[in-house]
Amino acid sequence: MPKGKDTALMSWKEVPFGCYILEPGNSVKFKTGDWRSFRPVLDKEKCIKCGQCYIMCPEPAYEQDEEGYYIVNLTYCKGCGICASVCPKGAITMVIEEV
Amino acid sequence: MGKRIAKEVSIAVAEAVKQCRVDVIAAYPITPQTHIVEHLSELVANGELDAEYITVESEHSAISACLGSVATGARTFTSTSAQGLALMHEILFITSALRLPVVMVVANRALSAPISIWNDHADIMAQRDVGWIQTFAENGQEAVDLVYHAFRVAEDRRVMFPAIVNIDGFTLSHMIEPIELPDQEQVDQYLPPFKPRYKLDPRKPISIGPVGIPEIYTEAKKAQDEAFKNAYRVIIKAWDEFEKIFGRRYRPVETYRMEDAEVALLIMGSLAETAMTAVDRMREAGKKVGLVRIRLWRPFPLRDFVRAVKGVKMLAVVDRALSPGATGGPVAVEVRSALYQVPGRPRVVSFIAGLGGRDVTVEDFEEMADKAYFYLKKKPKESYEMIGVKE
Repeated sequence: MPKGKDTALMSWKEVPFGCYILEPGNSVKFKTGDWRSFRPVLDKEKCIKCGQCYIMCPEPAYEQDEEGYYIVNLTYCKGCGICASVCPKGAITMVIEEV
Repeated sequence: MGKRIAKEVSIAVAEAVKQCRVDVIAAYPITPQTHIVEHLSELVANGELDAEYITVESEHSAISACLGSVATGARTFTSTSAQGLALMHEILFITSALRLPVVMVVANRALSAPISIWNDHADIMAQRDVGWIQTFAENGQEAVDLVYHAFRVAEDRRVMFPAIVNIDGFTLSHMIEPIELPDQEQVDQYLPPFKPRYKLDPRKPISIGPVGIPEIYTEAKKAQDEAFKNAYRVIIKAWDEFEKIFGRRYRPVETYRMEDAEVALLIMGSLAETAMTAVDRMREAGKKVGLVRIRLWRPFPLRDFVRAVKGVKMLAVVDRALSPGATGGPVAVEVRSALYQVPGRPRVVSFIAGLGGRDVTVEDFEEMADKAYFYLKKKPKESYEMIGVKE
């Protein structure tokens, strides 16, 4: 088993001042999709493209496609289910992730 | 040089804060700190001080507002006491870890229960590990001088840590003492404008306060600790510079009649003046008693302290706070630990005195020094002892 310090991301001497993030927008490097235990699945038959899922997604992991549907990016979706909860048409179902 | 004028210490502290040209004050009134922020609010309302005065609903909000304000590069001040300081607790850790140099004056007061508005050090001892620079003033002049020093050190780019100046509630905060406020030009010379290393600015966005996963938290804390220990040198240099400009000399540890002392009293804060009288009396009676006063509590001035007590046989530490079930008062525990590795170290006896506004008299100090002599011959039964308790 590796020692604890072998798991460290960097030397303490390299830690940025106050642990600040000096590079704006770098959270995209942090792939939060593997936190997910439930995945949102969209039923395009029911979807009215209102964009509530896009607005309410805390990540934000929803993007609009060429047809105007809002599609979740599973690289970042944590599976919180807010999109399914706010969808006025019940078009989003949370489906368990099979590991 | 300014004139020496009789002033209430709280008012003088507020005037000093004004001279430091603060941009933001966020505070919630609590006895015995109230006069400081009350006077500052008057100065702002009268247009004598060009600052934002944020009235908040609690001390938790006060320190949170201060944290945010410093993060934008504004010089920021707050003040509190006792329960108010306790309510700030969680944000105090964040302020230091995020390297945000808020300056706060704490008018030290006992913590409830029983409810007490009076002076002891229970409030600040509960904040020992928050990572702020902490100093203790002995008198009104020192209280004022430590405010200029706190801003100068905290905002120094090599430091960037928040600082607390402790003044004893009532026994300092509400006393009228002759105090010399320096000329504004001198303060400006001593305290340059605040130029932080980083600040929140929409033109150059950064994030402050992200999560620290197990793979980085330890390294982040190590970096914080090293930076905090390094602040010591800046603290000393800032006192050297203070002496050059204002003519008053401050050191992290002060000694009084310590030459050839066998027994030394050790104390922080305003009670040292009473202890000095006790030392004088005992010296007249032929007892070799001296006094050590710690001014800089965090970062702890280990070497200065060890040097100050060299040759002493028994150190009587007088704590103004109780740590129930511990092996001594908070200062005594610190000092015992500091001395453990020192060859020929003095023995340490821990006294708890002056809780919740109980007077500690010259006679009490004489009693403690006599007990210290006695304990040289006979080991104390308990690891700490409360002084001035009615049986």
